[in-house]
Amino acid sequence: MKRNLYTIIGLCALTVMLGACHKDKQTTPSDPNTGETFSVTGDQVGRPGIATVFIAAADKDNFNATIPSMMNAAYGAKIQTQLTALNPGYTTNLLGLSAAQFTGVLATDVLNVSTTGTTTYYDGTNVLTGRKLTDDVIDVSLILIFGGPTNAANPTLTSDHVDANDKAFLTAFPYEAAPW
Amino acid sequence: MLVLGGGILWASDHADAPNTKGKTTDITDLYVFQGANTNDLVFVGNVQGLLSPTATQTAAFDENTLIEFKIDNNGDNVEDLVIQCVYKGGKMYIYGPVKPSQTGTSSTIVGTASVVVPVTAYGASTPVTVTSSTGIMAFAGPRDDPFFFDLDQYHKIIAGTAPGFNNPGHDTFAGTNVMSVVVEVPKSLLNSTGKMGVWLRTAQKN
Repeated sequence: MKRNLYTIIGLCALTVMLGACHKDKQTTPSDPNTGETFSVTGDQVGRPGIATVFIAAADKDNFNATIPSMMNAAYGAKIQTQLTALNPGYTTNLLGLSAAQFTGVLATDVLNVSTTGTTTYYDGTNVLTGRKLTDDVIDVSLILIFGGPTNAANPTLTSDHVDANDKAFLTAFPYEAAPW
Repeated sequence: MLVLGGGILWASDHADAPNTKGKTTDITDLYVFQGANTNDLVFVGNVQGLLSPTATQTAAFDENTLIEFKIDNNGDNVEDLVIQCVYKGGKMYIYGPVKPSQTGTSSTIVGTASVVVPVTAYGASTPVTVTSSTGIMAFAGPRDDPFFFDLDQYHKIIAGTAPGFNNPGHDTFAGTNVMSVVVEVPKSLLNSTGKMGVWLRTAQKN
């Protein structure tokens, strides 16, 4: 490889002396992955915790292979069953959603993102407009599952009392903290 | 755990399904948020969770695994754009955002890379980042797992051995790392109509 490179440099230098090194004739740089196909399903995630909380162990691999547009039909009923198993006293939640309505939100595991403003999982005002690194998505999920219509129900289950990451995030790209 | 339908392991998506557990395809979390430059959106795809510092020294991306952000622009939960991330020879090649050649569970790499970023080595003093001529910023490498949760206490609650969470709780993910890809994209490249749906997939070559 190295010897070839020297040969090319040598030839090119020789050519330059002769008046023409046709560097501009190079084609598009080759790309090592273009056209490669990845067809074996691995993992799939939209929102945090949907598959892990609401999908039974036996269904998890199949859920990962289910395209989002088919999820509601395939898993909606199972997810509602799981929701009411987790919280047998479920009536509505802080968003005013019945078990069926909340299931409708949960069943399609896609993260909704605003392209025009605040991006947050939930900040008290904006609901499901993205997911920031600092968002306490677990407390949001616990509140919506266990907290009832006013977040007064099941007070020992509506926060894990871990409210922030163990390292401060960066204010600039790439935002995540350096590894331990 | 069994009482509630079996195998509940709420760790966002860490080690979630049998076919991906402990593999390079195992996603931990997806984040999408407005960048420090509010004209941009940031896509974070994390895989290979619960890496100890020692394990992180030898952790690596896999040339056989595609990490792909799928983006739906019109609310039908079918991807209209993809951002494809493929590791090769110490670098992360990032393609798109681009219309996929087909939707669904099989993904083919479209076009040539928008940006290629060397993977930041564990222990590097600063993260290696590259910005394309179109304004796409990229990073790939080990980072602290940004997820936080008292998973151990949750397990006890679900198992019926604890009545609720402790205050303060303990972050089960403290001190652990993930392999992370971060791509910051100008909103103008995302066909944005005000809102979109995003999900993260991993897939391998056949």
